[in-house]
Amino acid sequence: MQILQLLLSGIAQGCIYGLIALGFVLIYKATETVSFAQGDLMMLGAFGAFAGMSLIGLPFWLAAVLAVVAMAAFGVLLELVVIRPILGQPQFSIVMLTIGIAYVARGLITMVPGIGTDTHTLPVPYKDQIWKLGGLVVNLEQLAIIVATAILCALLFAMFRYSKLGIAMQASSQNQLAAYYMGIPVKRLNGLVWGLAAAVAAIAGMLLAPITFVHANMGFIGLKAFPAAVVGGFGSLPGAIVGGLVIGIVESFAGFYLPDGFKDTAPYIVVLLMLMIKPNGLFGEKLRKKV
Amino acid sequence: MRFIFKTSYDQDIRLARHGGHVFWYGLLAAFLLVAPWVIDEYWLAQLTFVLIYGIVGLGLMLLAGFTGQFSIGHAAFLGAGAYTQGVLTNLGVPFPLALLAAAALSAGVGVVVALPALRVKGIYLGIATLSFGFIVEEVFARWESVTGGNAGLHVKSPQLFGWSLGSGNGFYFLCLVVAVLSTLGILNLLRSPTGRAFVAIRDSEISAQSMGIHLARYKTMSFAISAALAGLGGALYAHKLSFISPDQFNILQSIDLLLMVVIGGLGSVHGAFLGAIFLIAMPQLISMGKDWLPAVVGQAPGLQGLVYGMVLIAFVLFEPLGLYGRWLKIRTWLQLFPFYRRGLFKRQKSFTKSDRLR
Repeated sequence: MQILQLLLSGIAQGCIYGLIALGFVLIYKATETVSFAQGDLMMLGAFGAFAGMSLIGLPFWLAAVLAVVAMAAFGVLLELVVIRPILGQPQFSIVMLTIGIAYVARGLITMVPGIGTDTHTLPVPYKDQIWKLGGLVVNLEQLAIIVATAILCALLFAMFRYSKLGIAMQASSQNQLAAYYMGIPVKRLNGLVWGLAAAVAAIAGMLLAPITFVHANMGFIGLKAFPAAVVGGFGSLPGAIVGGLVIGIVESFAGFYLPDGFKDTAPYIVVLLMLMIKPNGLFGEKLRKKV
Repeated sequence: MRFIFKTSYDQDIRLARHGGHVFWYGLLAAFLLVAPWVIDEYWLAQLTFVLIYGIVGLGLMLLAGFTGQFSIGHAAFLGAGAYTQGVLTNLGVPFPLALLAAAALSAGVGVVVALPALRVKGIYLGIATLSFGFIVEEVFARWESVTGGNAGLHVKSPQLFGWSLGSGNGFYFLCLVVAVLSTLGILNLLRSPTGRAFVAIRDSEISAQSMGIHLARYKTMSFAISAALAGLGGALYAHKLSFISPDQFNILQSIDLLLMVVIGGLGSVHGAFLGAIFLIAMPQLISMGKDWLPAVVGQAPGLQGLVYGMVLIAFVLFEPLGLYGRWLKIRTWLQLFPFYRRGLFKRQKSFTKSDRLR
């Protein structure tokens, strides 16, 4: 029973890592750059939902949808204004740029008087409800995370499989130049991918908020999603979720069975081992450059 | 306008290209030598910090700017040096020995990091070093019998030949000597075959390899030298603050160091020191600017992060060569005065390089 309990909380936490890693992977596949701002986009999404629910007083669903839409628009805008001008520069410049964006997002939120420096609770309807299944205690917040992640994954899968937009995204992620020649508007797609990543981050933020509260530094959890992305194989969407689950479960078990301090370092030990043994990750693509 | 006609190979690698260099660097050296008597104690302390960060920046510059290996966990090396120095000094080991040990231990840690790093590059390398930084930070916090854990560690003031170097002037000169020696060391390294191998690896690993450069050996060497310099800087940092704790060597410090070399100008030795000046001067400038801003903005706690982020974004977008690049442009403008062309430093875009295709 103990093990099942640990597994459940590990899966719930892993879903959050997986969702953030999904953002990394979407952006990496489309533009071959990594966004260090993903965690902070998540924070912005959570604050957006908080503003909608507590400050304006909108009902839960409306506020959630509005927050996701607003973050998607923000992601598109971000790509247009900041990322696009330096497309084609070395990858590292874009990494530094996203670190800059993360700083700005954190700074801006902290500057909002009276709100930015405090921690807040997100008033979700399923707060603090518990189900008992046999000996297993199921927290409804954790269940919401798992269910929402599953639905989101199914939606994304359907989009990439059946919609024109998703197929175009796949094409441009495999070879931008070839996709461009086939009449796919690659630049506009890149903007949409950033929007999609921001929307996924916003959803992750709202799911995480009932567990850890809403505060300006909640974006640092994004740093733990890097191991998730690497373990799954950077550039594989199912890999991101699987990697997230692996990291979440490892962390949950390390926190219980190993001495203090291993809980926070376990994901990083796992990722170092992964990089040493199989740098391409569990679901990594095997591409070779022919000279 | 100045023309330098090179007639021998020695001229090509000379440290001081012409009389102007000798004059201006001589002036800088003279200022640094008399600085303790010219500027007051507070600014001297800031100058000491600039020197310390400059030493660390040199190391990171060698790794990131010249070898093309980005480390997002450099604070781990800084911390390794600082803790080695702190622990050894408190045990009564003579100062020069402790300093050497700090550099050596950090270099060893650098080699350990380089081993997994040899297999990966690009963003994977960033994540590997990031992970390493987290693990080392946790080690500092948990290994309480040696590091004192989260409570921190007090470091005694250094003694050299019975002389106490804890005070402002003595310690300043110590940092100056270490900084000058490491700068000369790096400059000499860069004009040697090893340095050219590093630059070749940065520009293209494949062509470097095909020219007979042993990638693994040179990458490891680069990590080791970089970590040793970071360790030296960390050792001096520990003495300057005389108190170290794990949260001084966390991810934010690593990102600050990275920010320092990027804003200073990647791929230039000047950039390391310009970046250090920027990193030290920025909080001062922000706190000075606070009084001019309305209270709602000026007193907000997030101001510093906001300004850092915006400056970083502005540099990456508009001046990717950093402060040193800006100076290069000004200098070129002065040299070519009536003939400066607008597009002289235009960047070229490259869409052909793909990190996924390895």
